[in-house]
Amino acid sequence: MERLIYLDNAATTRVSSVALDAMLPFLKDRYGNPSSVYSVGRDAKKAIEDARSKVANALGAEPEEIYFTGSGTESNNWALKSAAELLKGKGKHIITSAIEHPAVQNTLKYLESLGYEITTLAVSQNGQISLTDLERSVRSDTIIISIMTANNEIGTILPAAEIGKIAKANGVLFHTDAVQAAGSIPIDVGEINADMLTISGHKLGGIKGVGALYIKKGIKLPPLIHGGGQERGERSGTENVAGIAALAAALEYKVSRLPLTDIAKKRDRLITELLKIPKSALTGDPINRLPGIASFVFEAIEGESMLLMLDHFGICASSGSACSSGSLDPSHVLLAIGLPHEIAHGSLRLSLSDEITDDDIDYVVEKLTDVVSKLRKMSPVWHE
Amino acid sequence: MYSDKVMEHFANPRNVGELESPSAVGEVGNAKCGDIMKIFLKIEDDVITDVSFKTFGCGAAVATSSMATELVKGKTLKEALNITNKAVTEALDGLPSEKLHCSVLAEQAIRAAITDYYKQKAIDPLPIVGCDLKCDGCAG
Repeated sequence: MERLIYLDNAATTRVSSVALDAMLPFLKDRYGNPSSVYSVGRDAKKAIEDARSKVANALGAEPEEIYFTGSGTESNNWALKSAAELLKGKGKHIITSAIEHPAVQNTLKYLESLGYEITTLAVSQNGQISLTDLERSVRSDTIIISIMTANNEIGTILPAAEIGKIAKANGVLFHTDAVQAAGSIPIDVGEINADMLTISGHKLGGIKGVGALYIKKGIKLPPLIHGGGQERGERSGTENVAGIAALAAALEYKVSRLPLTDIAKKRDRLITELLKIPKSALTGDPINRLPGIASFVFEAIEGESMLLMLDHFGICASSGSACSSGSLDPSHVLLAIGLPHEIAHGSLRLSLSDEITDDDIDYVVEKLTDVVSKLRKMSPVWHE
Repeated sequence: MYSDKVMEHFANPRNVGELESPSAVGEVGNAKCGDIMKIFLKIEDDVITDVSFKTFGCGAAVATSSMATELVKGKTLKEALNITNKAVTEALDGLPSEKLHCSVLAEQAIRAAITDYYKQKAIDPLPIVGCDLKCDGCAG
């Protein structure tokens, strides 16, 4: 097989071997419905409760504060729509950031259409919100602050603990989308004062189609999905036992390996080497940055072209250019950090896993340098 | 999903670069939208004897530029003007719907270059090229 270097772990990951081992029994032998009374059912039920404990443990939560869902997107939808519903008597004002994932952004847009008022905090060039702005934005009718733990496109880690403090001081619920952060950096729901926190299985070595939502004890969120009353009546639908087992095993494994010093070292080498390309720039926070995300813009070339050429060399990456997203605008995150459209079109994200070797880094630097130069030779807007 | 033909033209684009002393140049698109095509033509006795392009854009933009240059090479100006974006798309075995604008851009780039040629000859391009000026960035 041709060489394959997978540098798109922020999009999805390989299922880790611990996750695969954890899930297979529930597909092969212990396939029972967790609601059934006989042993294969009870085994499945027990697997879910074990998984709940593991996830709780990884996040500094209590098991009864963890609910399994069908995806990170569902968790975000549930947290925001149901908290908005729960608190509409108190107010209809929600605060968020300009760089949220569409799962939060579009859910809030929907709530806006229902009469909620959304304040979107601008971010700095590094993708950081201003805590002063946040404090100033809180009003007596503010009910939710939803700000991601770390950004998926530019890797910026936001100050969750400080945000949580402000939320708590003002009696506002704090939801954070930790889909990209979980398993990459330590997260403790108590330390950051989170009331709701979203994670997703396939971003951390689990499988697609399963997520979880942490809901702090005492918050009685109405269900988003009604039905047979699974997850203590909070999230109906027969549980994805294998997926839940995989998520928990994968998260436990990733958390046991924190901090990801080795991956961060490789990320830094990628950044140092690729910034040697003329007219290139790092996007996102250079310091408060996820260990696995290296993101760039290269002037005078377009992202999708880069991806296709890198694919030719067996390198999988992603871009926030318009052509990669299928829309006419480049990613909202790149525009929010102040990049002009024409620069944002030349974005590239490389997201690492522990499978990446030093040799892979050398290869990627060599090939990407060639790709940029080849595309620039072809570009009418590039001038040496 | 791109056809094999698109991928092939993207991987090995024909006629890339700038012609030395071209008879005409056409540039369309803008960097804000993420694609710019620049076409260089060498014209002798109303025949396109050589052609090249430079493109800033996605895979489809590069492939349509490449295909468009192939299609106009050796053609008379009149024949070249009859090459539509549909012809470019068909020659590439189709494009994903969200990429069809790239083929329009290729057609416009050729028109812009031919317009440039007539202007240099002090011939009104409008009745010949028929540019309706609707095209964004059209040199017409």
